[in-house]
Amino acid sequence: MDLLSGGEMIARFLKDEGVEYIYGYPGGAALHIYDALHRQNDVKHVLVRHEQAATHMADGYARATGKPGVVLVTSGPGATNTVTGIATAFMDSIPMVVICGQVMSYLIGEDAFQETDMIGVSRPIVKHSFTVKHPADIPMILKKAFHIASTGRPGPVVVDIPKDMTMPNEKYEYKYPESVSLRSYNPPAKGHSGQIKKAVDLLIAAKRPMIYAGGGVIMGGGADLLTKLAQQLGYPVTNTLMGLGGYPATDDQFVGMLGMHGSYEANMAMHHSDLILAVGARFDDRVTNDPDKFCPGAKIIHIDIDPASISKTIRADVPIVGPVRQVLEEMLTVIDEAPARSNKEAIGNWWKQINEWRKVHGGRYDTTSDKIKPQAAVEACWRATNGDAFVASDVGQHQMFTAQYYKFAKPYRWINSGGLGTMGFGLPAAMGVKMNMPEETVVCVTGEGSIQMNIQELSTCLQYGLPVKILCLNNGYLGMVRQWQDMNYEGRHSNSYMDSLPDFKMLMQAYRHEYVEIRTKDELDSKMAEAFAMKDKLVFINCFVDPEEHVYPMQVPRGAMRDMFLSKTERT
Amino acid sequence: MRHIISVLMENEPGALSRVVGLFSQRNFNIETLNVAPTDDPTLSRLTLTTFGSDQVVEQITKQLNKLIDVVKLVDLTEGQHIEREMMLVKVRASGAQRAEVKRTVDIFRGNIIDMTPSIYTVQVVGESDKLDGFLLALGGTHVLEVVRTGVSGIARGEKTLSL
Ligand SMILES: Cc1cc2nc3c(=O)[nH]c(=O)nc-3n(C[C@H](O)[C@H](O)[C@H](O)COP(=O)(O)OP(=O)(O)OC[C@H]3O[C@@H](n4cnc5c(N)ncnc54)[C@H](O)[C@@H]3O)c2cc1C
Ligand SMILES: Cc1ncc(C[n+]2csc(CCOP(=O)(O)OP(=O)(O)O)c2C)c(N)n1
Ligand SMILES: [Mg+2]
Repeated sequence: MDLLSGGEMIARFLKDEGVEYIYGYPGGAALHIYDALHRQNDVKHVLVRHEQAATHMADGYARATGKPGVVLVTSGPGATNTVTGIATAFMDSIPMVVICGQVMSYLIGEDAFQETDMIGVSRPIVKHSFTVKHPADIPMILKKAFHIASTGRPGPVVVDIPKDMTMPNEKYEYKYPESVSLRSYNPPAKGHSGQIKKAVDLLIAAKRPMIYAGGGVIMGGGADLLTKLAQQLGYPVTNTLMGLGGYPATDDQFVGMLGMHGSYEANMAMHHSDLILAVGARFDDRVTNDPDKFCPGAKIIHIDIDPASISKTIRADVPIVGPVRQVLEEMLTVIDEAPARSNKEAIGNWWKQINEWRKVHGGRYDTTSDKIKPQAAVEACWRATNGDAFVASDVGQHQMFTAQYYKFAKPYRWINSGGLGTMGFGLPAAMGVKMNMPEETVVCVTGEGSIQMNIQELSTCLQYGLPVKILCLNNGYLGMVRQWQDMNYEGRHSNSYMDSLPDFKMLMQAYRHEYVEIRTKDELDSKMAEAFAMKDKLVFINCFVDPEEHVYPMQVPRGAMRDMFLSKTERT
Repeated sequence: MRHIISVLMENEPGALSRVVGLFSQRNFNIETLNVAPTDDPTLSRLTLTTFGSDQVVEQITKQLNKLIDVVKLVDLTEGQHIEREMMLVKVRASGAQRAEVKRTVDIFRGNIIDMTPSIYTVQVVGESDKLDGFLLALGGTHVLEVVRTGVSGIARGEKTLSL
């Protein structure tokens, strides 16, 4: 057994846990840890330019791989700068371990220099948190942190480490804890078989079924099984914003995203369905619209690993608590063995109806305008990347257009902040993906507003050679805000105009990155191809899009799922 | 409806703040709350009463169960149970009132646990209703201070909340 200091234990544990990269920023309380990192080569530390970006990088990596991302920061301001990133991961159930330095344990509570009660500050936005009380506890605490972050319903875990727990000359025996057991934490390993049978009976008997799949299918690694189940049954599938890629959007059984900016056909089909199979989705208010008017004729089967997600906003008729993979696997077996088959005629009629709905809006937008429509820019990006890129997004209209028009065919490729809606997420998240998957094409779709919230990371990209492609749908406005102001405030654009934008070309020069500008429709494809051809360069694609454009469909506030605006002049 | 939720949790600093924080964070109400160590030094027992629809109380128990520090919990009001609360009341009692207060205390099976020539300090134990009743019965008496522990409870019969 080795004798290691607390700081060395952290570095060694991360290696033993199989962590390759951690993202962070040093400072007083974390210096012993940083010194220990310096004296080894197994775990690589990525120095960001702002701690928020470290959390988003770790988060981007986690979303693309399903594995927990790791962050290391100092106490006080270092720790508080991670709050937005932790909250972002928490809302979307993303596994993350955030190691924060803390002042010496004997100074805690004395308003010591750079002291912040990080356990208190982060309490509502973590799955759990730990304070280290003795250096010898570090390996087990970290093991528990990784275990909690990445099992059950994933989420961020904070580990607060007072500086005197990492003293270089105080050494203790280190042994990597191979296993961990927590008497009060036992996430379900499988679903209830009786409930699964009940669910299958309902599925087979359904006349107007819908499969509504969310982020849990992605993070739970269940996309392949969900696809198999859906195709075996031949039922329509819709994904939440978080679930995109959980079923191939290029397949005919996919009816698009549902919810506030969901497709007309997905929202109509949900509203009129008689059975909803919800898988790893949490009936968010951006999906259900008014819960009292939600899908009046539908029975609901709800598969979720977190019992608290079930019947939280919408009552489930058949709750199934369990991990998607195991539950779907069992469902497939039960379906195979079931004597009955689904009602061909009813399902045929249902598809006929859905195909009628498909013709009503069908994702149309004005293709005759002289201006570049943001939708067309996303479609061009899809073509330029063969629909196979990892796409991280910021928050706003550009995010919705990407969700609607970049047809994600595979899971883990759509990296966006859904629950918190964090502007500034896109670039660092894309960097986290690229760092770990250098061979893949990684795009950050952003707006001229969002990109400025973490633009300092262009410097990190330079330092580590992260050739992400930044597609900025530049409308000169906080477009999503402007849209709401157009619709609800008679077009009074209070503080939604982005004046004094930087000269992005000069900015890229300053950071020694490449710049491509797209000003006209006809150069969309060629310029996009030009940008993506620069494989080893970070390229900022400044695409000037129509500032007037709105995202449609858009649900009518407090209505049912079927109540939608379809354009500036039409509503259902 | 009123519910009594009894929680076994890790006897760790921070565990209580997670429970209390959950209630404010999720907009659940807490009517009474008490917490103390148990015979097992690694566990503390927390009892809280709350009002809410079935749906809200279901969320409360599910969200509490999700806390890593929560080992086990039970909604005592779902079965037969015994609940007790203790109250200490300091009243001004002099002259004719002294006998009157004493009589009321006896009727409620309370105890006078401290006194001065003009003050009685009374201890009453029972269900919360009974404690409310006692305060009502004191009527015109000048009440100087009321301290209540909040409800604690236990299931009837064989049922236990333990590891
Ligand atoms: C500008 C903007 C607009 C938006 N518009 C829309 C919109 O139109 N439509 C839309 O859908 N969303 C929209 N959102 C996103 C929305 O706010 C929510 O984030 C999203 O709907 C939640 O997705 P989800 O239900 O898939 O849940 P997630 O947040 O992805 O939660 C996953 C669920 O799966 C469960 N789970 C996790 N792992 C497993 C497992 N292994 N097994 C089983 N269950 C598991 C979790 O417990 C949880 O309940 C928008 C966001 C923004 C910022
Ligand atoms: C940190 C943060 N602040 C504010 C908001 C509210 N908000 C949502 S979308 C949006 C506008 C985004 O503008 P831009 O990045 O230019 O994207 P666009 O909508 O124009 O495509 C704002 C301000 C947010 N989501 N996140
Ligand atoms: Mg904009």
